[in-house]
Amino acid sequence: MKIGVQIKDGPYNHQAADTAYQFIKAARKKGHEVFAVFLYHDGVYNITKYSEPPNDDRHIANRWSELGAEGVTIYACIAAAKRRGITNSKDGEQHIMPNTEITGLGQLTDMAIVADRLVTFGD
Amino acid sequence: MTEEYEDDEVVKKIMHIIRRAPHGTIYSYEALETVLIMAAYDQDVSMAFIDDGVYTLKKDQDTSELEIKGYMKTFTALDDYDVEKLYVDRQSLEERGLTEDDLIVEVEVLDSAAIGKLMGEQDTIIPN
Amino acid sequence: MLHMINQSPFRAPSIETAMRFIQAADVVLLTEDGVYGAQSSQKYADLIKNTMANNEVYVLGPDVKARGLEGKLLDGIKTVDYEGFVDLVEKHNVNTWL
Repeated sequence: MKIGVQIKDGPYNHQAADTAYQFIKAARKKGHEVFAVFLYHDGVYNITKYSEPPNDDRHIANRWSELGAEGVTIYACIAAAKRRGITNSKDGEQHIMPNTEITGLGQLTDMAIVADRLVTFGD
Repeated sequence: MTEEYEDDEVVKKIMHIIRRAPHGTIYSYEALETVLIMAAYDQDVSMAFIDDGVYTLKKDQDTSELEIKGYMKTFTALDDYDVEKLYVDRQSLEERGLTEDDLIVEVEVLDSAAIGKLMGEQDTIIPN
Repeated sequence: MLHMINQSPFRAPSIETAMRFIQAADVVLLTEDGVYGAQSSQKYADLIKNTMANNEVYVLGPDVKARGLEGKLLDGIKTVDYEGFVDLVEKHNVNTWL
């Protein structure tokens, strides 16, 4: 089945990003198509390129980038991202993780239209 | 549950659930932005106000001294976007000492069983 | 419908509120801090006990284990892992109570 995921809170601050990731991993393992993740509110921090967690901690931004490379489109809401200083490219440099995108709320709408299930994680 | 219109446009029933008070956190404000976009996509959008979410509809809010952009006027404009299904949980309203007269827009006040039934009819529920 | 709740009942009214809206054949999944609501002998245990009279209640096992609650849950609570979580989502539309 086609599953879309929405994450509404920041990584490390809240378990949402972790639960969502484990859910997505399990869903893909079971053969479901998780076609997109939409990051909203503080959730947009999930794809900053400048996250450097300690070596013994999980690297959440890398997780999303890896899923992005495997065909799960990772979107961050542009309005939420701009407010929080998360920007795609400035001065010719990319500031978000590879294989992630910044997009409008219309994308979340499209996800709601296309998905068999839209599952939200947050605080 | 999904209605197919003549031009084959898919219209989904999408309910946004507002359970947070305004201003203290951004959730209900960004929820309203989502509602407006989804309505612009001609989806069958409804909103349910439950728990502290009913405070977002309170009359006489003035955020000028907070220097936070208020968004109360947007609620009165929802009608222009064809977002007409605004459901308020009766118990949440009563628990907070509010009545329909305290609200900035016209809503349908329902008991939780009725709103629960509407939730069951949705294609998607978006929590805020 | 799957009612997914991730808030401790001591912190937010999510469980209490969600239980007012639950319909016949709906199921409940407690995740993250929501699993504290499934512990036996605590202030809000009756909320879940009363729900279990009519609806199935699940907890996410990894969250239970992480919080030291294994063996401390109300009788009748069903435990799922992440794949079991996916199965519930496959079966039911999701209503997340944040």
